[in-house]
This record gives sequence, C-alpha cells and structure tokens, in this order.
Amino acid sequence: MRWIRLLERRVWRHPLVWFVASLSSVALLAACGTQSNAPNGDEGSQGSTTPVGAVSTDKSLRLLYWQAPTTLNPHLSTGLKDSEASHIVLEPLAAYNQAEALEPILAAEIPTRQNGGLSADNRSVTWTLKEGVLWSDGQPFTAEDVVFTYEFISNPDTGAISTEFYDEIERVEALDDLTVRITFKQPTPAWTQPFVGTGGMILPKHIFQDYVGAQARSAPGNTRPVGTGPYQAVEFKPGDIIVYEPNPNFRGEPPFFQRVELKGGGDAVSAARAVLQTGEADFAWNIQAEPAVIQDLLAGGQGQMTYVFKPMLERIYINFSDPNQMVDGQRSNANVPHPFLSEKPVRQAISLAIDRDTITEQLYGEAGKVATNFVVAPDKYVSPNTAYEFNLEKAAALLDQAGWVDTNNDGIRDKNGVEMRLLFSTSVNPVRQKTQQIVKQNLESIGMQVELKTVDASIYFGDPTNPDSNNTFYADLQLFAFESETLEPDSYMQLYACDQIAQKENQWSKANTSRYCNPEYDALLDQLNQELDPERRQAIFIQMNDLLIADVALIPLVHRSDSLALSNSLNNMEFTPWNTSTWKINAWGRQ
Amino acid sequence: MLGVASNASHTSSKPYRRGRADHVGENKSTMIKYLIRRLLMAIPTLIAISIVVYAILALAPGDPLGELANSPSITPEVRENIRRALGLDQPVYIRYFKWAWSFITGNMGYSFVNPVPVSTLIIQRLPTTLWVVGLAYLVSLAIAFPLGILSALKRYSLLDQIFTTFAFMGFSIPTFFTGLLFIIIFSVWLGWLPFIYNSTLVVRDWSSFVAQVQQSIMPIMVLGLFQAAVLMRYIRAAVIEQLAENYVRTAYAKGLAGWVVVNRHVLRNAMIPVVTLIALDIPTIFTGALVTEQVFRVPGIGSLLIESIGRNDTPVIMSITFIYAILIVIFNLIADLLYGFLDPRIRYS
Repeated sequence: MRWIRLLERRVWRHPLVWFVASLSSVALLAACGTQSNAPNGDEGSQGSTTPVGAVSTDKSLRLLYWQAPTTLNPHLSTGLKDSEASHIVLEPLAAYNQAEALEPILAAEIPTRQNGGLSADNRSVTWTLKEGVLWSDGQPFTAEDVVFTYEFISNPDTGAISTEFYDEIERVEALDDLTVRITFKQPTPAWTQPFVGTGGMILPKHIFQDYVGAQARSAPGNTRPVGTGPYQAVEFKPGDIIVYEPNPNFRGEPPFFQRVELKGGGDAVSAARAVLQTGEADFAWNIQAEPAVIQDLLAGGQGQMTYVFKPMLERIYINFSDPNQMVDGQRSNANVPHPFLSEKPVRQAISLAIDRDTITEQLYGEAGKVATNFVVAPDKYVSPNTAYEFNLEKAAALLDQAGWVDTNNDGIRDKNGVEMRLLFSTSVNPVRQKTQQIVKQNLESIGMQVELKTVDASIYFGDPTNPDSNNTFYADLQLFAFESETLEPDSYMQLYACDQIAQKENQWSKANTSRYCNPEYDALLDQLNQELDPERRQAIFIQMNDLLIADVALIPLVHRSDSLALSNSLNNMEFTPWNTSTWKINAWGRQ
Repeated sequence: MLGVASNASHTSSKPYRRGRADHVGENKSTMIKYLIRRLLMAIPTLIAISIVVYAILALAPGDPLGELANSPSITPEVRENIRRALGLDQPVYIRYFKWAWSFITGNMGYSFVNPVPVSTLIIQRLPTTLWVVGLAYLVSLAIAFPLGILSALKRYSLLDQIFTTFAFMGFSIPTFFTGLLFIIIFSVWLGWLPFIYNSTLVVRDWSSFVAQVQQSIMPIMVLGLFQAAVLMRYIRAAVIEQLAENYVRTAYAKGLAGWVVVNRHVLRNAMIPVVTLIALDIPTIFTGALVTEQVFRVPGIGSLLIESIGRNDTPVIMSITFIYAILIVIFNLIADLLYGFLDPRIRYS
C-alpha cells in the first residue's frame, strides 16, 4: 500500500509538484501522439509508407508549395496548386507543350482531319486512347472513364471548377473501349478544350462513380486518387504534405525518383530560400518575390530560377462609369460616364505617364516583361503593332489640349469644376502595393491627385456584390492580373463586351467591370464567334487587341510568369505555360 | 493577516490535517454540487459563444472561392454551382444548425477547401501541435521557474538586472522575428538545422529521433523563450510579494534554513496565482502557435487556423475556435477547483 501513502503525502500538496506532474503527462501524451501519427494518415493505402531514411535523399524529390494543396481532385480544387499536385497522379488525354503544339498523353494520337479524328463539319472529335494503360490499382483505363469524367464535371451539383471547358459539349460517348467521341452543340474551333491540359484530367470511374453530384466532395478518392500517372499518392495530409511513390502499373519508363514529397505552407521567400540557399528542397513553386531578394538568395549557389511566361497580364482597369454618383440605386452605373476617364486623351495621358519599365525592372525583374497588349499569349495571337511609350511631357500636353488645367492653383488639374482626383484600388499584395506607389507618383507628376486603397484578396476577389470587390469597382482605377488560360482565348475576349458589363441587375457577376462598351469591338467579337478559319481568327484577335489598346480601354503593365526555384542537381525538366509544372515529372532526374 | 493564517496551517501539521479531514466529508458533496452547477452554466455560455462566432464569420465579407476569382473559366454559373455544392446558398441559421449538429455528432462537417471532415484535419494536426507547443511550454517552465525565483530572491542584484532585461526583451520581440533570426543563424549561416518541419518523420531509431529533435528544436525554443519571458515576470512578482510577508520573517526568525523557507513557505503561497495562470494557458497548447507554426511550416492546429481564415473555410475556423472555447471553459473550472485544493481556506459556494 505504498502508493496510497505516496498519494497521501504532503508532497502532493505542493503546487510545483502538482503541475510539473500534469505537464509531463501532457508531454507524454504529445510524444505518444507523434508516434501514432504516421499510421493514422496512412489508412487504406495500397502501398506502405517508407520512412524517410529508407530512400536515399538522392532518389527522393522534395517539392515545396507555399500555397498548400488541399485536394487531389483537380476538378474540385480551389486554385492552381491543387492541379499541380493532381497532375503527378492524374493525366489528361493530351496537353500543349512550350511550342504550343498538342502532345498526346493518354491519347494514342492527336485527332486531325487526315486521321479522321476531326469531323468535316467541326462538330465532333474522336479520340483514340493508348492501349494497355492501367490505373495504379491495376484496373484497365478505358473510354468509359473519359465518358464518366464528363458526367462528373458536367453535373451542376458537383460544383466542378472546370465546367466551363465542357460547356459546348452536347454529348460524350464511348464507341469502343479505346475510342471516345465528343460531339459539340455547334461547330467549334476550341475542340481542344475538353480533356486537354489542366482542366482535362481523367478520373477513374470505378473510384468516383458513387460520388457524382452533391457527394463529390466527400469522395475518398479526392485524397487518395487512383491515377494513370507515373506516381501514386501514398500519404496525403490536406494542407500539409503529400507523399508519392512510383505507380507500379505505369505504362512508360519508371521514374527516376523513388519518393516525391510535396510539402505545403509557409511563405514564398522562405520557400525560395530552402531551394536556393540551404538546399533543403529541390523545387519551389510560384515564388513571387522582389528581384533584389531573389538575387541575394541566388548567391547561395544551390539552385537557380526559371521563369515560365504564362498567358497572364497585370493590368490597370479604367472605370468608364462614374463611381462617385449614385444613379438608380448604384454607383458606377454604366449609363453615367466617368467625368474625365471617359475622355480618350485623358486615358492616353495616363497610359503615357505610367513608367512600366521601372515597375517591371524593380518589382518583377526577370519574372516579368513590359506589356503592351491585351492578349499576351499564345504567340500567334500577340499583336506586333503596339508599342510602349513613357513620356510625361506628352502626357501633360495631351491634358492641356483637352482643357484639363489647374485653374484654381491647388496643384490639381480641373475642368468645369471637376478636379482630377483618382481612387486607385488593388488587393493586399506587396508587389501590387508598390506598383500602386509608382503609378501614384507618375500620375501626380502630371497634375492628378491619387488616393490609394488596398483590399484583402478574399474580399477583393470574393463575393461580387461586396462594395469593396473588384466587380463593383467603386474606384477610378484598379490593378490586378487576369489569366487567359487557353490557347483559344475566345472567352477572355468577352471581358470588354457590352453585354458583359457588371451591374446591379446581374449582381455584378459579369466580367466587364470597366463598363467599357464599343459597338465596333462587339462586332468583331461576333465575327470571331462565327469564324473557324485559323488565319482569319488570328487576324480578328489581333484587330480586337489593337482596338482596345488604341482606345486605352485598359493599361497593360506586365506580362507575368510562373517563377520556379530549382535545385542545381535536377535535370531533364520541361515546363510549358499551358500546363502545370509537374506535367512531365516522370522525366525529372538528378545529376 | 492572510500570510499568518496560512503559515500557521502549514507549519503545524497536526491541527491542519484534522481540520482538513473534518471538512473533506462535508465538502465533497458541496464540491460535486458546485461542479454540476458550473458545468450546467457552461452550456448556455458555450452556445452563446458558438452563435456569436458563427454570426461574425457569416457577416464577414469574403468567400472560399476568392482564389479562383481571376480566372475567366469561373463563370457566374460555375460559381453558383460551387456555392450550392458547399451549402452556401442556404440561410445563415440553417447553416449554423447543420454545423452544430455535425459538431455534436463528431465529424464537425466537411471543410470547404479540403475534401475531408474537419475532425480528420484536426486529428491529423493535433499530435504535431501538442509535441511542439507542449514541449515549448515545458521548456518555458524549466527556464522561467529558476530564473524567476532567483531573480526575486536576489532582487536588484546584477543577476536580477540581467534576467529582467532578458525577460523584457523576450516578450517585446515578436516570435516571427526570433524565428527568422534563428533560421538565418542556424539554418543559413551554420547549416545545422532544417527549417522545414516534416510531419511524415516517424521516430523509430536514434537517427530519426535526432532528426525529430533537429527539426523541432527551433520552433520549440522560439515559443519557449517567449513564454518563459512572460512567465518569469509573473513568478518574480509573486515571490517578491510573499517575501515581504510577516510569516516569512517569522520563519527566518525561527532559524530555518534559507532554502527551507523559500521552498516550503514562500513558493507554496507564491504559486497559487501562477498555477492559475498556467492552467488558463493550457488551452493554447491545443490550439497551437499561429505565427511560429507558419514560420517553420509546422503543420499544427495554428497553421490550419490561419490558412482556413485566409480561405474563409468557415467549418474549420468554427470548429477550432469552438474547441478552444470549450477548453477555456473547462480550464477555468479546473483553475477554480485548484484554488480550493491549493488553498484549503477557499470554500465552494
């Protein structure tokens, strides 16, 4: 009965003893927890998780994503990070490479007129699939999986983010095990959108068939999908880490790396530091950091930066409506023109006064190029006719000519009692906020007054009806990037269509937040929608771009890239603007 | 007066014991009644907390689709479909009841961005948080106690000056700064420690244990030092307060050795407020360290909370905050019960 005496002993009355005991029990609990940790995350896996020590560091690849992937189902993702993680496991039928050419992945060949893949009326396309492809669990990959993927995505209750790419489809049918035919509602030049690239990754029917519609988000396959890719996910902790090991049933050469760890979280600069300076990771994605910081880290000598230029343009939106007047219950009413931004010389003056060179050099470095166009990619649609000019004198002269002079000596130009005061908004982001500063300085030097405003990204890009969102646009100028995503940017051109104007009637859900309306542009857009001939389409794209630029409907600033930090020891990497950086991860190796 | 009384009860053990035994019996039933009453009172409190937090989250602008905003393929229809799939089209009170039901039944609902139930997310991350933040707490106690007591005993000496300066600096410098400083020194300059926490590491042998220590020592020390600085000031103040009491002088006058006076008389009384403070701090061990976890990529509850706030993942934010609220209520109760245990003069009523 010694223990009872121990309990009775006065030592327990001493507070110090009491809580040292209680805290050690907490620590003990924690230690036990850490140990039981791994088996927890590994429930139901096909392969067992190998401890880090078992695979030599040479054969293990460490990827760092400061935006942590949260799902391995690209169709239910909340951002590009998820597609990056999914593409290691799942694959599309085909994808575009750097040269803007289509490469077959799960397809045996690219459909053409000659091989009968493309119908003469441009209404249907027939894909032939590779033979003998197996899912990582050993089931055969067939045309039924492609059909299923369409059903999964197109069901509105699923809430898939890739729905738009499948919008034009009338039906998808499996002609036999290896042939699938897609029929479109009308002849389309964009037959390469469905099942191609990031939005086209094929899901295994036998894993997801019970989870179409409202149950999609609770599918177990979302965290441990079965795929056709070179790797399979053996451990997935959402928002933290994904561990991949080679897919035993992969059709091609087995990959060099025996283990891939995709770690999420943290911030961009320290992710770059881990690759470039300390060599703790091999690859870091989406490093948006100032050139000076990158230069410092590069001195570490462990790695280098690669910039993949995306169809992404950082631009200034101009409000063509008056944000300061409430008409019919809404500010920025499309029927109320802006007191001075609706005048073309004023917009030209602003465009001339903004120092895009400084913005690009100081804030983006090699990660950006000065932009002069609305369409920045693909190359075939980029207009050669535009030029960038930074000229403060010319800008001031334009304003003088238009009658905007400082009549009341308050340092700000005015006309008919209207002062040139601008509100310039953007999302909270260090690079954008510095861009704002430069623009403010530029515009104030030609006699305007600029007030800056920043809004948290989740609000700025969130609910469109919020008065602080970019959609309601209750400012005069705003700054953010927009990506046109596909090689046929037809829907991107809608951004300045008259019927896309964001207003109260449509809950500000439409894309034309500038409230720009030009019948000439709309006419070209109609033409584009009818046109199937590649050369004429090219001409129309360029014409539309030139029209927007000449009219200063927007001010392009920087053509942006994906900045990747890569370890010096990696080789055989291939990137494309039209797909995730992991699309050819099976070829990656180490020197 | 108080000091004299407690001194008497401590030094003469016999009457004290008998007195305790006398009121233990009658006290037991009052204590249980007290406990039940407090627990019943806690329920409406917790419901009120959950309603307030949910209302704040529902009223706050922003939605989980923010990250997708500047992509032309997310049309209004697609956006509406996603909102419906997440249940965001329903009125706030329906969403609240759904959340409350899923919380009570255990899986805490599905996260908006992660395709798993919130409970899975929390269970995945809890061990890491307990390991890092819990150990940091132990480290802070191990540092704060000796330093705080010594500092109080040698008041105004050089030692005290050094310790108080250390404490002052410790809680003035934010953890993200010390974290960065540690990374620069130990990871970049010296190259001794990794600054990316790997949660898949399993401790199996000596070398993996060393790896585990290497990857957790920086976050533990950053948190531990900060917490130690805060605690040390409390301990020092509490001890100083007791040292001035008459019963301490009596004890010295009776010829007791210095360490006996400190250990058996001063500390016992000084610890009462400190223990309460520590008990009330324990819930934070479960909710993790918001900043430090982010800096060192420690996948704990704190970084989960921060990420979820950034992505407006209401079910996750709600569940973590609510668990925190429950822990606060429980540890408040524990602290109150402890008072009576540590200081028998206190009665539950």
